[in-house]
Amino acid sequence: MRQFLDFEKPVAELETKIDELRLLSAPPEGGARPAGEANSVQIGDEIAKLQEKADKQLRATYAKLTPWQKVQVARHAQRPHALDYIRTLITDYMPLAGDRSFANDEAVVGGIGRFEGRSVVVVGTERGSDLDTRLKHNFGMARPEGYRKAVRLVELAGRFGLPILSFVDTPGAFPGIDAEARGQAEAIARSIDACLAAPVPILATVIGEGGSGGAIALAAGDRVFMLEHAIYSVITPEACSSILWRDTSQATAAAEALRLTAQDLKHFRLVDEIVPEPLGGAHRDPAAAIRNVGQLLRQALPSLCQLDPSALRAQRREKYLAMGRLGS
Amino acid sequence: MSWLTTYVRPKIRNLLGKRDVPDNLWTQCESCSQMIFAADLHKNLNVCPHCGHHMRALVTDRLDWTFDAGSYTRIELPKAPVDPLGFRDQKRYTDRLKDQRAKTHLDESLVVAHGTITGHKAVVAVMAYEFLAGTMGAALGEGIVAAARLAVLQHAPLVVFTASGGARMQEGMISLMQMPRTTIAVQMVRDAGLPYVVVMTNPTTGGVTASFAMLGDIQIAEPNALIGFAGPRVIEQTVRETLPDGFQRSEFLQEHGMLDMVVARKDMRETLGRIIGLLGRQPVADAA
Ligand SMILES: [Zn+2]
Repeated sequence: MRQFLDFEKPVAELETKIDELRLLSAPPEGGARPAGEANSVQIGDEIAKLQEKADKQLRATYAKLTPWQKVQVARHAQRPHALDYIRTLITDYMPLAGDRSFANDEAVVGGIGRFEGRSVVVVGTERGSDLDTRLKHNFGMARPEGYRKAVRLVELAGRFGLPILSFVDTPGAFPGIDAEARGQAEAIARSIDACLAAPVPILATVIGEGGSGGAIALAAGDRVFMLEHAIYSVITPEACSSILWRDTSQATAAAEALRLTAQDLKHFRLVDEIVPEPLGGAHRDPAAAIRNVGQLLRQALPSLCQLDPSALRAQRREKYLAMGRLGS
Repeated sequence: MSWLTTYVRPKIRNLLGKRDVPDNLWTQCESCSQMIFAADLHKNLNVCPHCGHHMRALVTDRLDWTFDAGSYTRIELPKAPVDPLGFRDQKRYTDRLKDQRAKTHLDESLVVAHGTITGHKAVVAVMAYEFLAGTMGAALGEGIVAAARLAVLQHAPLVVFTASGGARMQEGMISLMQMPRTTIAVQMVRDAGLPYVVVMTNPTTGGVTASFAMLGDIQIAEPNALIGFAGPRVIEQTVRETLPDGFQRSEFLQEHGMLDMVVARKDMRETLGRIIGLLGRQPVADAA
């Protein structure tokens, strides 16, 4: 069942009609066709016409999504999540677990495998896609153990000279009593530190929601890619609205003011490339979205792999130091 | 040295004059509710003489208390883009900045100075909570990077006093990018083999805590400072539980292994001096 967002209503209506017509023209189980041959052709034409209309509507809607609409698309439950990317793009994938100190945080997933035949380390935040997996992965909100697992993986990659692919999709770090008691801030800081110090290339892709500190912990890479309708923000628009507007209903205004879209962030040169999404968003055709990410990673990886560790680190530092600097 | 001549124009603190404390004012301690004579409070480093509660300190006071004989050289920090997003909530960000500058006589939420601490050379960066709650924007990031560069250049340790409400929301993702940028600053000091000491003061939260503030070689906090990533209100709303007493306070963090020590304000200079003395590069014995 496709889940429609509020602003997709016109498309939803057209597609419901198409589904009804399809049902009408299809032969019932074990029975004969209810309508004659001519009638069926007519229905076929009607379906094609409606489909064209739906696609046009979808294209028009997605060509001018507002920031707040993008927030909803980025959080769409049927959007491909980190594990979908890993399972599709990585062969011979072997998940690794635990921070060697306290626990295995399922909000952060990762391991070793091959990308295009090359050994790599992958790491990502996973939100889950149904109630069970969402609970298992804590909705993609990591605890310190998660970031410490990431540090482990980054250091492992460094020791064996393996490039790192990260897939970022998180509402943010988990704001819980246990997480704070075990040093959430320190764990995030160490993860950023480890990424910036890594002697191997890191390619980070924001695939859905890049939620603040919990996202940058895994995204301080040499290349940062962002899906066309992904968002990346210092604070959720909802929280920003309640703090700056003192009113929870201003999330739409906050989403605009925060400049959290891929297009805005490319403009500010805070992300390197935007990965195009299939018509109507990644959730309509997850395979196509994953393929597009794979293609960009394939293009970017070889040249980065040729840099020696010190050149790589120097380039990475310069990249971040230049961000938001006056005159850059 | 070229960046020094461009960035660093020394301002001698003495020229600015000491802050005058009106001696006929009373302040009430927010902890024990006792009335304190303003002049007495200031003489006692803004610590309540009755209960020892550490009240907030202005950057200028902090610098006076930290450097020997209250003598130091402030450096001018590189300028950062002003209002890069064109941000406006109920008020324009540019207007907020203007108001803050007029109110605090500071350019931004960070001041950097160099001088000596118990005779040891040091670069000290102090976050100004009084300026937009010490939030982290591009100017703060530039300032931390400049402080790190100055430390490397002077071959001096870097001491940072933190106080922050977190990200500068009005700078959006540019604010978030100060987390990697300030982390790079820490790495520059580390690469140069110089000590990096963090003193966390009340409150230190959000992106500041989750970047340069938690990466010190030595982690110190003032007593009873609120220190955390998420703010207590956000946590309470998420877990729907009342937070335990003393949660996210200095002593709690020390118990949980996040701090080396909790140090009273009156002992801070001496403690910093000892650390710098102990960690400072020892003269290498000649091999010959
Ligand atoms: Zn008191």
